[in-house]
Amino acid sequence: MTPTPISAAPEAAVAMGGPFLFWVCAIIAVAGAVGMLVSRKAVHSALFVVMTMISIAVLYISLNAPFLGMVQVIVYTGAIMMLFVFVMMIVGVDASDSLVETLKGQRWLALGTAFAFAALLIIAISNGFGSIAPTGSIEAANAQYGGNVQGLAHLIFTRYVVAFEVTSALLIVAALGAMMLTFRERFAPKVSQEEMSIERFKRDKHPGNLPGAGTYARHNAVDTPALLPDGSVAHESVPNALIDRGSERAVNRADVDEVRTISEGFDYVDGDSVQLDEEEGQ
Amino acid sequence: MTPEYYIILSAILFTLGALGFLVRRNAIIVFMCVELMLNASNLAFVGFANQWGNLDGQTIAFYVMVVAAAEVVVGLAIILMIYRTRRSASVDEPNLLKF
Repeated sequence: MTPTPISAAPEAAVAMGGPFLFWVCAIIAVAGAVGMLVSRKAVHSALFVVMTMISIAVLYISLNAPFLGMVQVIVYTGAIMMLFVFVMMIVGVDASDSLVETLKGQRWLALGTAFAFAALLIIAISNGFGSIAPTGSIEAANAQYGGNVQGLAHLIFTRYVVAFEVTSALLIVAALGAMMLTFRERFAPKVSQEEMSIERFKRDKHPGNLPGAGTYARHNAVDTPALLPDGSVAHESVPNALIDRGSERAVNRADVDEVRTISEGFDYVDGDSVQLDEEEGQ
Repeated sequence: MTPEYYIILSAILFTLGALGFLVRRNAIIVFMCVELMLNASNLAFVGFANQWGNLDGQTIAFYVMVVAAAEVVVGLAIILMIYRTRRSASVDEPNLLKF
């Protein structure tokens, strides 16, 4: 087949959207890829990859592949990259790269090799620039069965049906594999709530909740120990860190008397003890 | 826009992904670079489908996406397992087989 010049080709097969859309998306995609390469934090890299993938999705749509564009957004940016972010959440966001080179000069060698590889590819592709004409109209292929999705479905369920079946087996194996790999075997039986409470009663002197700081006291700051109903001071109500620091607030003797008065059924008014009325006591 | 522009963009993205695969040390970022390379090849497939005027290239790109999704699930599970045993997500750490 001899290549025909591009001028003889129908313009219909060329991507819609024009050069402006291509250049905007191409620049965003390359910027995202470079950003992924240079950003130190893994989360920033993931967001840069999302940027690249969304611009590639726009390019798919401009290349008359609307179904793939949508799948790119839903599967790649919506599912796969979010899975990456979830794994980063487990592994730890601060697991950033070490700057130590384990192989000496590997970074520069890789840079040189990549540059040479890119130059090779781009020169090879540009050699035949414009010499290959579109051989058919993608719009016609899309319209043959009523649309892009219908056309893809026709191909998947006729010519590529074996690949489709193998893909379903692959997905099941992948799901099973992920479950098996992340499965953690329990070496001790699961501790039930009942056993935990029995253990607590055996171990601690005080199995119930500790009184909250400031209960019955005149202040509710955390450094104010709670007063028990008999007026004694509950030192356990103050956080241990504050006790270690020695910043537990001293309790006013008058407060203790006041609490004792109230707990015995008296109303405390300006230092005098007054018997509560029945109605007021309700 | 002739298809060559798309192929060149695909080549650039593939090269950047390969470069990241070589220079980054965090296993998760290395894995993202693999995804970028798959995306670049997908872009070439869709560009060629546009060029030849049939949907086979788009079908192949669709299958690549499915395989990539399965690969990501297993790969991230392996990274998680290595992290649990070695407490590190760096690709330099699991070098015990070397000695």
